[in-house]
Amino acid sequence: MEIFLQQLINGVTLGSIYGLIAIGYTMVFGIIGMVNFAHGDVFMLSAFIALLLLLLLTQMLGLAAAPAFVVALVASMALTALWNFAIERVAYRRLRGSFRLAPLISAIGMSTFLANFVTVTQGPNNKSIPPMWDQVIAITSGGAYDVTLSYKQILIVAVTGALLAAFWFVVQKTPLGRAQRACEQDAKMAALLGVDVNRTVALTFVIGAALAAVAGSLYLLQYGVVKSSDGFVPGVKAFTAAVLGGIGSLPGAVLGGLLIGLIETMWGQYFGSDYKDVAAFSVLAITLIFMPSGLMGRPDVEKV
Amino acid sequence: MTALLSITGVTAFYGAVQALRGVDLEVGKGEIVALIGSNGAGKSTLMMSIFGAPRVRDGKILFDGQDITHMPTHEIARLSIAQSPEGRRIFSRMTVYENLQMGAAVAGYAGFEANLEKVFAIFPRLKERLKQRGGTLSGGEQQMLAIARALMSNPKLLLLDEPSLGLAPLVCKQIFETVKRLNEQEGLSVFLVEQDAHHALKLAHRAYVLVNGAVTMSGRGADLLRDPKVRAAYLEGGAH
Ligand SMILES: Nc1ncnc2c1ncn2[C@@H]1O[C@H](COP(=O)(O)OP(=O)(O)OP(=O)(O)O)[C@@H](O)[C@H]1O
Ligand SMILES: [Mg+2]
Repeated sequence: MEIFLQQLINGVTLGSIYGLIAIGYTMVFGIIGMVNFAHGDVFMLSAFIALLLLLLLTQMLGLAAAPAFVVALVASMALTALWNFAIERVAYRRLRGSFRLAPLISAIGMSTFLANFVTVTQGPNNKSIPPMWDQVIAITSGGAYDVTLSYKQILIVAVTGALLAAFWFVVQKTPLGRAQRACEQDAKMAALLGVDVNRTVALTFVIGAALAAVAGSLYLLQYGVVKSSDGFVPGVKAFTAAVLGGIGSLPGAVLGGLLIGLIETMWGQYFGSDYKDVAAFSVLAITLIFMPSGLMGRPDVEKV
Repeated sequence: MTALLSITGVTAFYGAVQALRGVDLEVGKGEIVALIGSNGAGKSTLMMSIFGAPRVRDGKILFDGQDITHMPTHEIARLSIAQSPEGRRIFSRMTVYENLQMGAAVAGYAGFEANLEKVFAIFPRLKERLKQRGGTLSGGEQQMLAIARALMSNPKLLLLDEPSLGLAPLVCKQIFETVKRLNEQEGLSVFLVEQDAHHALKLAHRAYVLVNGAVTMSGRGADLLRDPKVRAAYLEGGAH
């Protein structure tokens, strides 16, 4: 029981991170119908930017952990957003409206480029940050196993929750969010109503990258290490989360993220961690075969 | 009369298929102009090409003296031209209210509340359906919403592509009366494509007949209504 509770806490933490990445997949798919395969690497890039800045600020400039992390997080969001803005402009925009595979192939190219660039400049091995905020709260004690909740886990879930609430508000209630949804549903009509579709798509990439950067920085904080190939596996898992939730659906992405996080940790606990990645990918295959529109896929009530 | 919209020598293509073959057409300030023609004549293409979608290949389009031929679609929309396009194109996963907000956005929501009251006065049905998703409205209600959405931006020129499509005769009549009233009271210029040639010609100050991508006839609405060729092609049989 204690172990189950502990894994529940761990799973929700990991799931929050997947959920934040999954939003980037789902938004881009919603608005231009493209699976942005480079999104996982954007997440990895953001973790590296955060890592380098954290090391620079704490080790060389002697800043305390908290302010250093805030600076690293914000800078990572800004730089990652800039990167995604640039690749949308350079590698995807011109391919929109051409055959469906073209932007996908371009995205795979960008993914390979980024993963290799980081490998060449940073090496292929794990890079780590010094441990920070290692305090934990004991939830149960005296039993066979002490269930703990770390400050970092609280921070991760709280930041994710707050960010999602803010993001949900923007999408549902602001002119910007409406323009975004309008482009998703009928870009040509949106343009007839004065919406700059290119700008809206670019903004979607920027927002997706910023959320992935929050995920990347929190991932680094929680696990302490990152390596250049970390774009791939967490990327595919977050993509699985988006598909499981129903690609195109924002609440679906978050739900899918939490489920994948839980499935992975539970599987690792009860069936051995060697196969925990297999569990997540099996979910992808099963979802695609039996439930392609996902858990919260679109209710199609449209008249044509 | 000064031309608000002036189209000269416009051609447009879908791939290799030519849809417009050198169209000349004008809409004056404060005018109601109708465009009639059979299915596939290119009426909707002309409407959309004013917004650059499809982009015209030759020719020129001026709005209020400004060359908009090569302007991006969203910038044209900002010049206070509004369109209720063919097929209505309601945002189906947005509520009626959000659809109306989308219409108002381009004008920076200027006079939003007043415009809202105005369109509710025209289409009381929309007020009852405010929280309903666009996709679940009936076809006629969607048509009302498409027109209302276009009116939310305080346009100088309103483009209507088959506003009567799918509407009950009474609602249809009401829409035509509304167009007339907005034109007379607010000086709204209207360019209208209509299958119902009889009503369109009665309503319009002037009209054009489009055949296979080219204008073959034009003149005062009332004159075209009496023209034997127009009667034979577009009115008799379908006439009321
Ligand atoms: N997206 C498109 N791709 C290819 N051809 C098109 C496209 N849209 C229209 N066409 C063709 O262009 C011609 C003109 O079409 P358009 O829709 O402008 O006609 P219309 O006068 O509006 O007809 P209707 O009264 O049926 O609405 C038609 O022959 C049509 O098949
Ligand atoms: Mg048409």
